[in-house]
Amino acid sequence: MRGGSPRKGFCHGWKGTGVKLIIAAIKPFKLEEVREALTAIGVRGMMVTEIKGFGSQSGHTEIYRGAEYAVNFVPKVKLEIVVPDGLADQVVETIAKTAKTDKIGDGKVFVLDVEQAVRVRTGETDDNAL
Amino acid sequence: MTDLMKRSGLAALGASVFAALPAWAQEAATGTAETATEAVGAATEAAAALAPYVYEKAVDKGDVAWMTVATVLVLLMTVPGLALFYGGLVRTKNMLSMLTQVFAISAVVCLIWVCYGYSLAFSYGGAMDAYVGGFSKAFLAGVDATTLVATFTNGIWLPEYTFIAFQMTFAMITPALIVGAFAERIKFSSLLVFSVLWVTLIYFPMAHMVWWWGGPDFLAEQQTLKLIAEAAGDSAGAGAAAANLAANGLIWNWGALDFAGGTVVHINAGMAGLAGCIMLGKRVGYGKDNMAPHSLTMTMIGGALLWVGWFGFNAGSNLEANAITSLAVLNTFVATAAAGVAWMFAEWLLRGHPSLLGLVSGVVAGLVAVTPASGFASPMGSLVLGLVAGVACFFFVAYVKNALKLDDSLDVFGIHGLGGIIGALATGILVNPALGGAGVPDYTSVPGTLQVGAYDAGFMFMAQLKAVIFTVCYSGIGSFVLFMAVKVTMGLRVKEDVEREGLDVAEHGERAYNY
Repeated sequence: MRGGSPRKGFCHGWKGTGVKLIIAAIKPFKLEEVREALTAIGVRGMMVTEIKGFGSQSGHTEIYRGAEYAVNFVPKVKLEIVVPDGLADQVVETIAKTAKTDKIGDGKVFVLDVEQAVRVRTGETDDNAL
Repeated sequence: MTDLMKRSGLAALGASVFAALPAWAQEAATGTAETATEAVGAATEAAAALAPYVYEKAVDKGDVAWMTVATVLVLLMTVPGLALFYGGLVRTKNMLSMLTQVFAISAVVCLIWVCYGYSLAFSYGGAMDAYVGGFSKAFLAGVDATTLVATFTNGIWLPEYTFIAFQMTFAMITPALIVGAFAERIKFSSLLVFSVLWVTLIYFPMAHMVWWWGGPDFLAEQQTLKLIAEAAGDSAGAGAAAANLAANGLIWNWGALDFAGGTVVHINAGMAGLAGCIMLGKRVGYGKDNMAPHSLTMTMIGGALLWVGWFGFNAGSNLEANAITSLAVLNTFVATAAAGVAWMFAEWLLRGHPSLLGLVSGVVAGLVAVTPASGFASPMGSLVLGLVAGVACFFFVAYVKNALKLDDSLDVFGIHGLGGIIGALATGILVNPALGGAGVPDYTSVPGTLQVGAYDAGFMFMAQLKAVIFTVCYSGIGSFVLFMAVKVTMGLRVKEDVEREGLDVAEHGERAYNY
């Protein structure tokens, strides 16, 4: 996924791109609500994946005729959103507020620094690539 | 049959005396009766009953139309019904293998049937006639558009082509039923070889033993000849006629009843499945990996198509379109619904959820159980039969199978074997006219007509039990030997890494779903 420009690596001193990656795992039925809320605060794109996983929410048991299966992985939706630094806190707050049901299994949000971002069509980088 | 024969003979005597009674009563009422006239009247009646039986063979267009529909309905049970029912129950990586196995077996057995299967099942077998037919009709020799086979009504016959096609669909579905027992692990080539051997050595003889008989007109003719010969003191003639009367399949001669194939199809397939899952062993990861069905939607579609097609199977087994056809249709509704509901409530009560899979499984168990009883039991008898079969099969599948540590993957024994046994035994009880049953058919006490035979609970139940025990042993041991033969010559199972990858890609080079 690296673009044409030289890599701004750790060994040369990290300056940062001014871009954050926010990874959130939420309940599937909250996806549309979260998308609407994020669009409203200016988020212009996101990646969505259907995933399975486990956290503090335990799975359940399914019975097919005589066979019982413990289903330990629970279906979730994973969002990956890349935004400028300035928007990151607001995005995290919005997800936390919108995806919340007060029940176990509401999900997690992680924030990471992004080393580089490139827009494929134009070759623009970092903030301008978003 | 010896017992039955004796009773039929006695009943025949009774009937001829009885037949004379109305004449006597009428004469008495007119007040002109004299002892001499009365005796002459009775003698004339008896002599009339002893005239040789002559008959015409009439083919009814309605029967032919119905049997044609019934035949394709049974095909609908197999493909796509059974294929989807089984396919939905396996994991995604084995879906296509189930569809292919069922489809391929159906097509292969279709060809075997017209080459020699029909002949082995439904032709005279010479010295072996009690057990299996011969090769006189191999490649359908001697069969053409003018040849006819008997139905269950005197004077009503069916084109032989229609009968061949109808019975062919039974031979096609039965080996296909077995594949569920060792789903997700059998080698396709070995399965085809086993299926060919199995229909040849197990299915065709079973069909012959249960369903090979002379038909109403032949029985009437021979019974009349026997009575005439006996009256004339011609013991050789009587003996020949008696031998003809007894020239039926072994199990038919025991007096066992199997309307549409409880023994031939379901116990037979169930036992082969049991032998197969023991011989092949458990799937890799059994009891550890999640082996949940990949699509209960497919299973529901398949189960529903089985139900629809089963009307052809059960009601078609009457070979005619008449009131017994109607009875079989109604019974195929009632027992099926009862078993589905029974399984659903039993599971809801004991396992906490009314599951779709439970409902569909119960429906299939009910269909299996009512198969031998469909033309004999009353609708209310079928209702009780369905309830019993639904609960019994649920208990076996949900509890007993796990305790026995059997990987009968799709419950071929638990549903077809056990359901078939319950149905076959219950048929002997529910046929009782006192319980609303249609009664045991009797074609010989008044030759040329169908009478309701005397019902003897002990005799009937023992006949059914003997048929069940025989089928369990013959199919169980025979299938075991055939599996063993295939195992030592070409192996039964795919390699472990093939099994992990799934049979679809490894065996067939395709996937069921590409998305």
